[in-house]
Amino acid sequence: MAAPELHRFTLPNGLRVVLAPDRTAPVVGVSVHYDVGFRSEPEGRTGFAHLFEHLMFQGSESLEKLAHFRHVQSSGGTFNGSTHPDYTDYFETLPSAALERALFLEADRMRAPRITQENLNNQIDVVKEEIRLRVLNTPYGGFPWIWLPPVLYSTYPNAHNGYGDFAELEQANLDDCAQFFDTYYAPGNAVLTVAGDFTVERATELVHKHFGDVPVRPTPPRPSFAEPHPQGEQRAVHEDPHAPLPALAVGYRLPDPTTDLDGYLANVVLAAVLSDGDASRLQQRMVHREPLVTDISVSPGLFGPLDARDPDTFTVTAMHSPEVSEDRLLAVLDDELEKLAATGPQEDELARVAARWAASMHRDHDRITSRTLSFGAAELLHGRAELASELPERIRAVTTAQVAAAAKALRPDSRAVLVVPAAGGNK
Amino acid sequence: MTSTSYRTAEQIGHTEQGPRPLPPLGEQAAAGQPSLVDTVLPNGLRVIAVRKESVPIVELRLRIPFAGTERLHSARAEVLANVLLTGTERRDRAQFDTDLAAVGGDMSAVVDPERLSIGGSALASGLDVLLDVLGDALTGAVYRDEEVARESERLVERITMARSQPSVIAREALQKHRYGDHPYAKEMPEAAEIGEVTPEQVRALHKAAVLPRGSLLVLVGDIDPDAAVSTVGGVLAGWQSEASASVLPRLPELTPGEVQLVHRAGAVQSQLRLSAQTVPRTDPGYAALQVANLVFGGYFSSRLVENIREDKGYTYGAHSYFEFTKDTATVLVEADTASGVTPAAFWETRYELGRLVVSPPSASEVDNAKQYAIGSLLTSTSSQAGLCATLAALGAVGLSYDWLRQQPLRLADVTAEQVAEAAQKYFAPTRFTGIVVGDADVLAPQFRAIGGVVLP
Repeated sequence: MAAPELHRFTLPNGLRVVLAPDRTAPVVGVSVHYDVGFRSEPEGRTGFAHLFEHLMFQGSESLEKLAHFRHVQSSGGTFNGSTHPDYTDYFETLPSAALERALFLEADRMRAPRITQENLNNQIDVVKEEIRLRVLNTPYGGFPWIWLPPVLYSTYPNAHNGYGDFAELEQANLDDCAQFFDTYYAPGNAVLTVAGDFTVERATELVHKHFGDVPVRPTPPRPSFAEPHPQGEQRAVHEDPHAPLPALAVGYRLPDPTTDLDGYLANVVLAAVLSDGDASRLQQRMVHREPLVTDISVSPGLFGPLDARDPDTFTVTAMHSPEVSEDRLLAVLDDELEKLAATGPQEDELARVAARWAASMHRDHDRITSRTLSFGAAELLHGRAELASELPERIRAVTTAQVAAAAKALRPDSRAVLVVPAAGGNK
Repeated sequence: MTSTSYRTAEQIGHTEQGPRPLPPLGEQAAAGQPSLVDTVLPNGLRVIAVRKESVPIVELRLRIPFAGTERLHSARAEVLANVLLTGTERRDRAQFDTDLAAVGGDMSAVVDPERLSIGGSALASGLDVLLDVLGDALTGAVYRDEEVARESERLVERITMARSQPSVIAREALQKHRYGDHPYAKEMPEAAEIGEVTPEQVRALHKAAVLPRGSLLVLVGDIDPDAAVSTVGGVLAGWQSEASASVLPRLPELTPGEVQLVHRAGAVQSQLRLSAQTVPRTDPGYAALQVANLVFGGYFSSRLVENIREDKGYTYGAHSYFEFTKDTATVLVEADTASGVTPAAFWETRYELGRLVVSPPSASEVDNAKQYAIGSLLTSTSSQAGLCATLAALGAVGLSYDWLRQQPLRLADVTAEQVAEAAQKYFAPTRFTGIVVGDADVLAPQFRAIGGVVLP
């Protein structure tokens, strides 16, 4: 599949639409990305954006509770939604015969979701079970995405727990829901993406038919979450009652992808040079040669590359044996960053990163769900769905000097260090 | 938030026009039938190669039956899987990664009580490199002493980490409860056993058990199937043995019984795991059984999920699914629930099992589940990786692409009567056994009262 030719238009109510036709398999993907994530949830309501995502599945004017799930699945489809720092997505993947039905389902909840006290109470319980499953009852739950940001950031939007405190989730009421929906779920604050087996003409007609009369509503001004970089190294300890081994997370600020995309992509390459594969620098040295850690990974972006607007976090995480101190690990990390800052990576290291990126984009886009979501997120966050297809090329263009500069910017005196001791007294 | 006025939840849920009708489904196009070769090489390796040109990638899955009954088999097999792709005469660990990365490739190996599985992918233009790396490891892995030593250390740490996860604790408890000391139950070695493994033992295991005869290689991607099979034949020509790969001894039938409560001090959430004997995909009744399982707990729109999640809020996810071994299959039912509601969730789950028998799936429940089974098979096999994984799973139990092609037709033919029959035959609560992992101090009083659970 060549990168699909993208078609875009905007409805009079402000809804942005991206069509990515591809006739290689008789399936379609439909997604709606709303421009609100957990960074926008109000103080005193941690976890609300995610809770609200659950409520959007609880029925709408034409759909009783449970009907959304049943209609998607009885059409042969699958569905889900997810809440990120800067956006919330909803999506279905179905046999192509169900395209109109999927558009109908998304339009109905964009127009008139049915939010009731009973469903709110029910989903607060479900979300609490989700948090027990993923965070409270499991080793390294929420590591590092919940526990690192409060060390690196000092403002509420960037620092707070996006899964939420139980006490605050329990406070959520119908008025919060109504205000959140009316503020953030306007059609002009969303991107609809349709990918897969359809003609542009037919899909355009169906989008107009189902979304055309979603009433226009004011679109909120996009907030800035900017805050200064940390002064000095910020350290904190997170006690995890289930952790069998100590863990370490290090967070640095990434360049703003909106104003410095090339600088941001240099960090993407840097992360791969450091930890992608057995031949990468930190894997070779810290896992095998010295060896200091059981596993180490480096990620540009707390939720992955280009998944958030500024500010976002360059993250290094490691699990290690209790005999190795975090200072020893930090010293080796700094040493490797200094080497890269001085001379940059070798050309063959860059070539490997570029080839793996090309392959991983193709694999990702071969799955219709991932393809739909990556176009939608790129359109919403970066204004260009095409970016999702162009990344391998742009990664290939990153130079040794750019990666060296990126490594140099990851300074020990402007980072967060989160230490997770092993439970039960093991250091 | 902004100072703009906003509506009430009640107002938001209504428009002037009122509810609208659900649009009908359109005409469904059929998936194209890919060109495919399914053959057995002279060395006994079955190869399935499929042309699927959606992206310029090739996916690879190799499945080698790898069962063993010796005390240290599991430990040796784990070390073998972790060291297999780190050294031959021609390559060290970094060279493996460098060669694969040059063609956008990846390769990894994992082992379970049934088989050794190698998975990989690369840009389609790099198929020769991908196969060369695979062939090099299969015929020339040397298991250098230092790699065995380091990977053994890491394994001990990883085993410790795995055993701190509630899902793993529950799985091990369930396997022990279901199969006792059958080799199938041992999915992870003891940390101490790893310490007993020597490089010589791992090399000997490779020689004795990494065998082509009885194994399966699946390639799916932007490839010419005939040319790919011929390349495989050349690259793997040196992989030879008269012996066959080691197949897991047949599993005993599950004995229904009381559910065992396993104590985990201080747990805020419990793992509920039930299981019963069913039949494999080759059974003529499988399609109806698949539909019955979907209606029970096999997808979101199931009775179990709609009850214990969407009505009662006891769990984030409840699931019911099949576990297939070569000639047998079981169904597993699972949910994680807060300690305070665990006995209630257990009770509701038993109730839904009973209800599936006495109040069998309605015509619309059956139709919805059939459509889901047919549609989700279409979407899940629409990617190269999805199709490759599906063919590898089918091939490992002796099935071919033809099964995949026919299954939608078999599903379409299933009747509500057949589903009711399957429900009665396989989902009666009296056929199940299982475990609950949780804080016994909190759970015991209610479990004692409702019965059916053996307390620790």
